[in-house]
Amino acid sequence: MSAPIANTLTAGKLPKSAQWTLLAGCLGVFVIGDWLLQNGDPNWIGAVLLGVVAFVILNFVLALLVEGRRQAVDRLVTSLVTAAFVVAVIPLAWLLETVLQYGLGTFLNGTFLNSSMRNVVGEGGGALHAIVGTLEITGLATLISVPVGLMTAIYLVEYGTGRLARGITFLVDVMTGIPSIVAGLATYALFVILLGEGSKSGLAGSVSLSILMIPVVVRSSEEILKLVPNELREASYALGVPKWLTILRIVLPTSLAGITTGIMLAISRVIGETAPLLVVAGFTTSMNYNPFAERMMSLPVFVYNQYVSPGTEAGFYIERAWAGALTLILIVALLNVVARVVSYFFSPKLPR
Amino acid sequence: MTTAPARIRAKQRPADRIFRGSATLAGGLILIILAAVAIFLIAQSIPAFVVDPAEIKGSPDSFWTFVGPLVFGTVWAAALALVMAVPIAVGIALFISHYAPRRLAQSLGYVVDLLAAVPSVVFGLWGGRVLAPAIQPLYDWLVTHLGWIPLFAPPVSGTGRTILTVAIVLAVMILPIITALCREVFLQTPLLHEEAALALGATRWEMIRIAVLPFGRSGIVSAAMLGLGRALGETMAVAMVLSPAAVITFVLTSSQNPSTIASNIALNYPEAHGIGVNVLIATGLILFVITFLVNSIARWVVNRRKDFSGAN
Repeated sequence: MSAPIANTLTAGKLPKSAQWTLLAGCLGVFVIGDWLLQNGDPNWIGAVLLGVVAFVILNFVLALLVEGRRQAVDRLVTSLVTAAFVVAVIPLAWLLETVLQYGLGTFLNGTFLNSSMRNVVGEGGGALHAIVGTLEITGLATLISVPVGLMTAIYLVEYGTGRLARGITFLVDVMTGIPSIVAGLATYALFVILLGEGSKSGLAGSVSLSILMIPVVVRSSEEILKLVPNELREASYALGVPKWLTILRIVLPTSLAGITTGIMLAISRVIGETAPLLVVAGFTTSMNYNPFAERMMSLPVFVYNQYVSPGTEAGFYIERAWAGALTLILIVALLNVVARVVSYFFSPKLPR
Repeated sequence: MTTAPARIRAKQRPADRIFRGSATLAGGLILIILAAVAIFLIAQSIPAFVVDPAEIKGSPDSFWTFVGPLVFGTVWAAALALVMAVPIAVGIALFISHYAPRRLAQSLGYVVDLLAAVPSVVFGLWGGRVLAPAIQPLYDWLVTHLGWIPLFAPPVSGTGRTILTVAIVLAVMILPIITALCREVFLQTPLLHEEAALALGATRWEMIRIAVLPFGRSGIVSAAMLGLGRALGETMAVAMVLSPAAVITFVLTSSQNPSTIASNIALNYPEAHGIGVNVLIATGLILFVITFLVNSIARWVVNRRKDFSGAN
């Protein structure tokens, strides 16, 4: 009688199902144990947390005993790396959950979306003035940033060589890093010189947002324009098409989807900016449809304002702040979804 | 004797010149905007440097004793955020690039990108109303049991609005940018290096340690620097979470916290007038210089890397 031949490929290895069994076992032990100890009123989060920690340790020890030190370290790192991802998702889920929980009621109460805060003390009122302000200020900022940013990208990709192009590339990088509040202060200083002390308007807000938005537009458009194959340009030149028409009729249409996506993402980045608008656009409780004169409310400033200076009945102000936050997140989410859809359906398919 | 054929020049049409001119103009506008930002900031902050310090809010000995705690708070909060964010971001980037199932990887990356889409004012609201009260018991515990460590010296803050809470919120906010950059760098690791490591019998972690991390080291550094730049300039989250005081202290859990430049501007700007505005703009200029330095170093590291990246 000879011993059965061992499979050398799997010898000394834990079976694949071992990990999952162990995880289920750890979770089960802790959750049920907790349930029994607390008499049916368990602390679910704590139990799951302890179960996961126990799994990580046991998994390491088990692998150390069966598979050796190197495999054990590998398993430990796998657990840690996965945990890092979960740790990042927790605040996101927590934040979205609280915003929905506290904001949804006020958001849907009927007055929030169709009235301003004029003469409102305590209950009622809404953010219509802030929504209008945000849309106008961001729209104007887009009108300023897109032509400048896109033309700069075209310059860098199609024309730029030598010192000027290198200088512009460097400065775009520097501009990306300007803190938003500094952009606000610089715009304030500019408008003080142009229009005198203490002038606040939606236009000034748009200018400060443009300072933040232009570098983002340049960067994303530049990346996309670089992806346009040179053969397309050469084919166009060979047919005798002038360079500017080649850019307008060949290069831009080819990269249109990518550029649109970049612009959408740039908008969603600046639409939530609070600090510069606080400095240059001020705040108000009334409707103001004219971005060229008078103070203009915007959604982020609305949220901040409701949070920082609640009146005697603080609860209503905080509720409005949450509803404003929910509105802002919905707008940003919508822009992101549109950007993804545009890029999914219209961009040329690339490998990897 | 042959002469070189004359070089044929493309015909210059007026439209060509106009288009080229406007593209160059737009590029030049970037130079002008940045110069304008610097010039206006400097022009508006000169009064603050020469003013009698007694006129500054809180009557400090000089402008610099006014700015000192703010600069300290800015750097301290950002550094804490960075210490928390970088290991987690590297972990997430590795998870998405090398651990997660291929089919899921892209959507998981999108989930992390979602964090970047949340406006900072919402993070501030969440940090101040939800996170601070929720985390206060932990601070209580830390101060009671670990109070002998200088970082957790008593008394404990009763509201949880400490610089540690701020740093946690900042860490969450800079996670996506660091993760995105690290992920890009890790994905660029030459496949041959990875396969060679695996072929020599390395486990997955050993492969990452000897092939992926050395290749991505400068990428991680520059991503961290860019995250640092973001954290230094963050305004609303700090302004809405922190309960500030003009102090320099390393204590993480007390109610006396150093404020940051940006949040100080946001909190005091609405009521400031006259020279007060100039003082705030001068602190803004200092913030600009700090972030400029940090970002320049980051870019320098990135550009240096370009020379020896790729499969060499």
